[in-house]
Amino acid sequence: MADAAVATTATGRPPTVAPAYLAIIRSRVAAQASYRASFAVELGSQVLLVLVEFVEIYVVFHQVDSLGGFDYAEVAVMYGLAVASFGLADLAVGHVDELPRYLRAGTFDSFLLRPLSALGQLVTSDFSLRRLGRVGTGLAVLAVALHAAQVDWTPARVGLLVVTPVAGAIVFSAVFIATAVIGFWVVEGMEFANAFTYGGNYLSAFPFTVFGSAIRRFFTFLVPVGFVAYLPSLALLGRDDPLGMPGWVSWCSLPVSLVAMAAALLLWQVGLRRYVGTGS
Amino acid sequence: MIISGEVGALRPVAALAGAGYRRWATYRQAAVAGVFVNTVFGVIKLSILLGIAKSAGGSVAGYDAASLSTYAWVSQAMIAVVMIFGWTELADRVRTGDIAVDLARPVDLQLSWLATDLGRGAWGLVSRAAVPILFGAVFFGFHWPDDPTAIALLPVSLVLAVCVSFAMRFMLNLLAFWLTEIRGLVLLYVLVAGLLGGHLVPVQLFPGWLQTVAYATPFPAMVQFTIDLVTGQATGLRAVGEVAAQLGWTIVLLLAGRVVLARATRRLVVQGG
Repeated sequence: MADAAVATTATGRPPTVAPAYLAIIRSRVAAQASYRASFAVELGSQVLLVLVEFVEIYVVFHQVDSLGGFDYAEVAVMYGLAVASFGLADLAVGHVDELPRYLRAGTFDSFLLRPLSALGQLVTSDFSLRRLGRVGTGLAVLAVALHAAQVDWTPARVGLLVVTPVAGAIVFSAVFIATAVIGFWVVEGMEFANAFTYGGNYLSAFPFTVFGSAIRRFFTFLVPVGFVAYLPSLALLGRDDPLGMPGWVSWCSLPVSLVAMAAALLLWQVGLRRYVGTGS
Repeated sequence: MIISGEVGALRPVAALAGAGYRRWATYRQAAVAGVFVNTVFGVIKLSILLGIAKSAGGSVAGYDAASLSTYAWVSQAMIAVVMIFGWTELADRVRTGDIAVDLARPVDLQLSWLATDLGRGAWGLVSRAAVPILFGAVFFGFHWPDDPTAIALLPVSLVLAVCVSFAMRFMLNLLAFWLTEIRGLVLLYVLVAGLLGGHLVPVQLFPGWLQTVAYATPFPAMVQFTIDLVTGQATGLRAVGEVAAQLGWTIVLLLAGRVVLARATRRLVVQGG
């Protein structure tokens, strides 16, 4: 199996790869569109889920006027950015955390025999459009929060606002892929990944000023979810980092996300090369 | 009835509880991963709560830093015990039709699943409760319970929390008799139960109207009431009251589950007659 893995990744992709992925994604979308009522219910429940989560922030600001030096609207900006980014990442690659299921069943081996990348096939084997409900609700929360925070709009900030959810989605996608690699070593230990994916999502919605320095550094420099919402919202809101990070760092989410993705893909290759199949 | 008069009827129940324990104890890697994740989330949760206390001038709704830490770590330790997150095993058996075999067994369906679930909860307590609490006690401080009533009631409260949680999950799973796909519903249930049960933020921090809503549901009986015994939010008579509420919910919800089960099985048509 190791040979097959190397062969698929080393021979390069055939020129027909984009239409092949498009066809796969189109078939997933068509499958979901054929159960309209069920899809509508799932979309609606995603909206509800985001709102239930938001109650936590509502409760916080029922008790106090500021959290870690940021007011209700400012924290809601961070929450909106985090929700939209995570929703996009979950939609695009969230399915990688099912890797252990494919490894255990041996169906991952069939990915390696086809002329498409194993990772590409894994992420496109499920494409849950209901997660758009999450993205949409996150963006709606973000819009309301930005209005309430009375942002002083400049062309640069508008540009940053457009780029940030995309950069955030790339960061979370990188975290999903990098942590899925654990599955190649510890099939039953996939829950480890949740600490970084869902844990990162949870933490990214709050001002980093409430966290201890070890956690802050870990989730800024190693698993860069600080670049999803907290740091870019400082630039959007025109705030200096109370923790003393220079102002230009707040504009760096996109390059940071690309570096993170490159590192994640490298890790994936290492894990894939190690994989020798589960069969006898 | 839930508890049969015959002493012999309890033997299979004990055996099922033991089997539930051993079955879950097989997955050691998963337990280690679970402890790790629960601990990471505990740190994040506690950091936010301490942020609130700091803005509020040291303490909030009767919680100081030590009792917030206790709240955060006990609530994390309880995740695997009361199974706050989803459970669809019974619903899966309904969907596949295996439920017909379960119903044909000479042991009561609800009682046998409850026994298995208590065994599972015992493994959760052994494997996943100690580390988050010790970690929290060492790095963030801990308020060990000092009220004798609360200490005496704590084991009872924990068992009842599992029972209430089980009774709710049992009914939720039985919905699979009517709906083919309950995954979305389970996801929503987990979030609402986690929020109103006081797993994300203590119920005492809620605005008044939301506290009223929460206390009208069985969810605080799954999480908050047990934590209250450790944090010192409930002592003396109030501790007795909260455990009595847990007992009340256990009885009401288990009986309601039997009614739902009776209706559900009337709908059951097994292939081939």
